[in-house]
Amino acid sequence: MNSVGEECTDMKREYDLCFNRWFADKFLKGNVSGDPCGELFRKYQLCVQKAIKEKDIPIEGLEFMGSSKEKAENCS
Amino acid sequence: MVKHFLGVSVLRTPWDQVFAAFWQRYPNPYSKHVLTEDILFRQVTPDHKLLSRRLLTKTNRIPHWAECLFPTNVSRSVYVIEDSIVDPKNKSLTTFTWNINHARLMVVEECCVYCVNPENSNWTEIRRQAWVSSNLFGFTRAIQEFGMARFKSNVTKTMKGYEFTLAKMQGEVPSKTLVATAIEAKEKARETALAATEKAKDLASKAASSQKQQYV
Repeated sequence: MNSVGEECTDMKREYDLCFNRWFADKFLKGNVSGDPCGELFRKYQLCVQKAIKEKDIPIEGLEFMGSSKEKAENCS
Repeated sequence: MVKHFLGVSVLRTPWDQVFAAFWQRYPNPYSKHVLTEDILFRQVTPDHKLLSRRLLTKTNRIPHWAECLFPTNVSRSVYVIEDSIVDPKNKSLTTFTWNINHARLMVVEECCVYCVNPENSNWTEIRRQAWVSSNLFGFTRAIQEFGMARFKSNVTKTMKGYEFTLAKMQGEVPSKTLVATAIEAKEKARETALAATEKAKDLASKAASSQKQQYV
């Protein structure tokens, strides 16, 4: 899948490949040691965060699991 | 006033495969409205949960009657944030998703919990809740109705997308898609046949009327 920053798509794909392998083969099987694909992730983030700034996408200050914690908690 | 949706979908696939498909489902033939996908944050907590934030860009389909409400220079894409928590110990995946622009027109918030189906441990169920709200004076109700209809149609697409992705991951030709293609082809054939019949009737009646004229 394409990244919002066209120039980041290749880095994203490389990271996705690494992550998906880690997720299925290690994380879901209870083997959770280490940082998943850290170096690829950092490289990809430098690119995508720049693209987000350039496109003025308003991602700053958004609380994890949404502004509405109440909804998220009631959900489960 | 907020419109509320509650629903449960079942995938006949074990939880671990569905969780893996969660990260691999875009693109699929039913996700044409999803334009881009990015991971903005990822962390494994000390209690072995995976926290992620995904940014999606989606097309902003709006009803024709609402098009005049939009200045033409406003971006037509909708930016959507999807936060998630994967808990492999409890075999659960919780997501919270909402749009971060066009919020005055409409906010759609969705919360999903993926877990093992209580009746069949080889199946996975998705419990879904959504809230659609609008603050656009005078149009609130109409926009909420539209938003809810669009949300429901997107749920169907999500489930079809999952079936496609899961089949692909298992190395199968997605049978559903083949069936859907066959049905489409059959319908098209029927339409063509119908059009031909109509045309033949039309020609026959024209011929009949011109024959009548000749007799007069």
